[in-house]
Amino acid sequence: MKFQPIDQFATTLAPEKRQSVYGGTKATHEKRTKLLAAQFAEPDHLRRLAGEIKQHAIENLDTLLPLAEERLKAGGAQVHWAVDAEAARRQVLAILQRRGATRLVKAKTMVSEEIELAPFLESHGIECLETDLGEFIIQIDHDHPSHIVRPIIHKNRREIAVSFEKNGLGAYNDEPEVITRRAREFMRKKYLAADVGMTGANFVVAESGRLVVVTNEGNSRFSLAATKCHIALVGIEKIVPRDRDLALFLNLLARSATAQQLTVYTEFIQGPKAAGQPDGPEEMHVIFVDNGRTEVLASECREILRCIRCGACMNVCPVYRQVSGHAYRSVYPGPVGAVLSPLLAGEHFLDKADLPKASSLCGACNEVCPVNIPISDLLLRLRDKGKREGAPSPGLPPMGPWALLASQPLVWKAALFCGRMLDHVPGALIPVPAFHAWTGCRTLPKWRGGEFRKWLRVRKK
Amino acid sequence: MMTIERKPPLGKKVQLMATCLCDAFYDDAAVATVQVLEHLGLTVEFPQAQTCCGQPAFNAGDWAASRRVARHMVRTFKGELPVIVPSSSCAAMVFHGSLLAFEHEPDLPAVEQLARRTWELADFIVHGLGVTTWPGRFDAAIAFHRSCHTRGSNSAEAAATLMRSIPGVNLVEFGEAEQCCGFGGTFSVSFPHISEAMGRLKLQHLRAAQPQVLVGVDTSCLMHLSGLAEKEGQPVKHLHVVQVLRDALKNGGLL
Repeated sequence: MKFQPIDQFATTLAPEKRQSVYGGTKATHEKRTKLLAAQFAEPDHLRRLAGEIKQHAIENLDTLLPLAEERLKAGGAQVHWAVDAEAARRQVLAILQRRGATRLVKAKTMVSEEIELAPFLESHGIECLETDLGEFIIQIDHDHPSHIVRPIIHKNRREIAVSFEKNGLGAYNDEPEVITRRAREFMRKKYLAADVGMTGANFVVAESGRLVVVTNEGNSRFSLAATKCHIALVGIEKIVPRDRDLALFLNLLARSATAQQLTVYTEFIQGPKAAGQPDGPEEMHVIFVDNGRTEVLASECREILRCIRCGACMNVCPVYRQVSGHAYRSVYPGPVGAVLSPLLAGEHFLDKADLPKASSLCGACNEVCPVNIPISDLLLRLRDKGKREGAPSPGLPPMGPWALLASQPLVWKAALFCGRMLDHVPGALIPVPAFHAWTGCRTLPKWRGGEFRKWLRVRKK
Repeated sequence: MMTIERKPPLGKKVQLMATCLCDAFYDDAAVATVQVLEHLGLTVEFPQAQTCCGQPAFNAGDWAASRRVARHMVRTFKGELPVIVPSSSCAAMVFHGSLLAFEHEPDLPAVEQLARRTWELADFIVHGLGVTTWPGRFDAAIAFHRSCHTRGSNSAEAAATLMRSIPGVNLVEFGEAEQCCGFGGTFSVSFPHISEAMGRLKLQHLRAAQPQVLVGVDTSCLMHLSGLAEKEGQPVKHLHVVQVLRDALKNGGLL
């Protein structure tokens, strides 16, 4: 029998991976919920307000982005616009080549994953080191992140110890503290030797040109302390209008992402080193990346651009918990990824058109989203788009014949009567794949088609 | 979930949208709905031409097919009477899903007109009629599964309020109660392995609470969970909340 790709992936996932993902997401989700409820009288009001502000921002990018550009330039930063992944990669490379740079240290940025920056730079002879511990482990393992906040949520510490040993980072030891210390020793030297530091940005404030970067490891700060040039890769939707909006967004982001009141490091960056400042990058570049975002803005799914990449939707998602992020074949997994990835795929939409189907539409994601994105509605809109564009739908019963049946009362009543055959015909003879998919793991209740209508008739007499 | 302002119910007459699952499998839940509504002094009209709310096609992404069915239902449930649905899922399809599917259609106003008078049963009893306590008797430890379509609506709290007020009912808590049971309509057959894993997790939590009866506001979730349990050889006793209300009346000699 044919099922959806993500369902097939689930059957191949190792039980210990599923356990890692399930345990990690569940614990963070529960802690997040408790923290929000304990500290705010009406967390839902905050989510709604944040959603409105972010919606306003994405609907006014035409004025907010030029404003941000103006303020960034006034602060001494250089601003670049990248229409797609290729343009963004070329711009990064041009900056590096102009400086004769060969070593880049990189804090976590999802946009760099999205534009596949690291392999591109490496092919041009540039060493590109991930400094976020999780991303570093992904890098040495030649793996892919499976969660946007916790890239190695699918790994346990024993696997990590093995890959450290394999990569010459000390004899096998699976103590998290030892692993961290070894990564730190390795990275310190790399920071000092690097030419350029790269970060993303969690927010860019239009009115002040302020970049906000949050981390828990301080790696972005290290990247910027030792290098002479800072490149920030920023999706164009990262804009918030005012500095004071940050109070709301930073409160929601840390709690939603990692169930913290505040991340350990929150950096506000407003340009390169100013005259009189003892250190910091002399040069700062901000590359605003579109890469399909304006198309999303023009679509009926534009609310997804509110996303602040906290990962709360994947933490609560019962499907994500069962399948892990790798099932989504995309940089952005989980509910947000199931919306965003097909949209960002552009002309390759059909390759990702199955992702929005990987949801029971339970709506748990809607309830945790810190910017109140109606995720399940967007999943539904993309299912409709997929159908209209001819996406294959393995395992789904054809709905045309069903709609004919359900729009003609006489045929419907006849079907209610005929359904009782289900109780008499051996299951193996029923040529309906959905029937077998159902009965593979469940029984079907006894057919009682038309009995209620009969009860009504008898009663009337 | 509610995206439209609803009219307060007027008069003593309602229309029943029995749902396709009650039509095909759970006739007693539909019978109980009529009995409960009549106990509340209402006259129940059952438009014979009714079929299904259109949700299977809507969720499957075939919105054209879904609209075809929804249009049939709009024609079938003409008039101004409140439409009562013993399912949070089908009710949400009428007052939320169809509004999405008809967004760019000329007959959206007719769909909205139906949406404005459509109620999930427990929500209707508590918030439409203002009835917050239920008489009679029902002696059981009940695990109440809040199905996902009650999110953002008043239905789950309404059903819990009614059940809690019945003498003899003990609502037991269980783990990860806010998590989906894994049914998800067509999801259950196109993602059967994930659906099964989600259902087993739900059953594990439910069984740990040792209820005597599993109760829900949707027969769909109950069909999935009880089907899994029966296939395992460990069936669970399950009832729709309206059957609990009806049985409480019977046990109390009120019906």
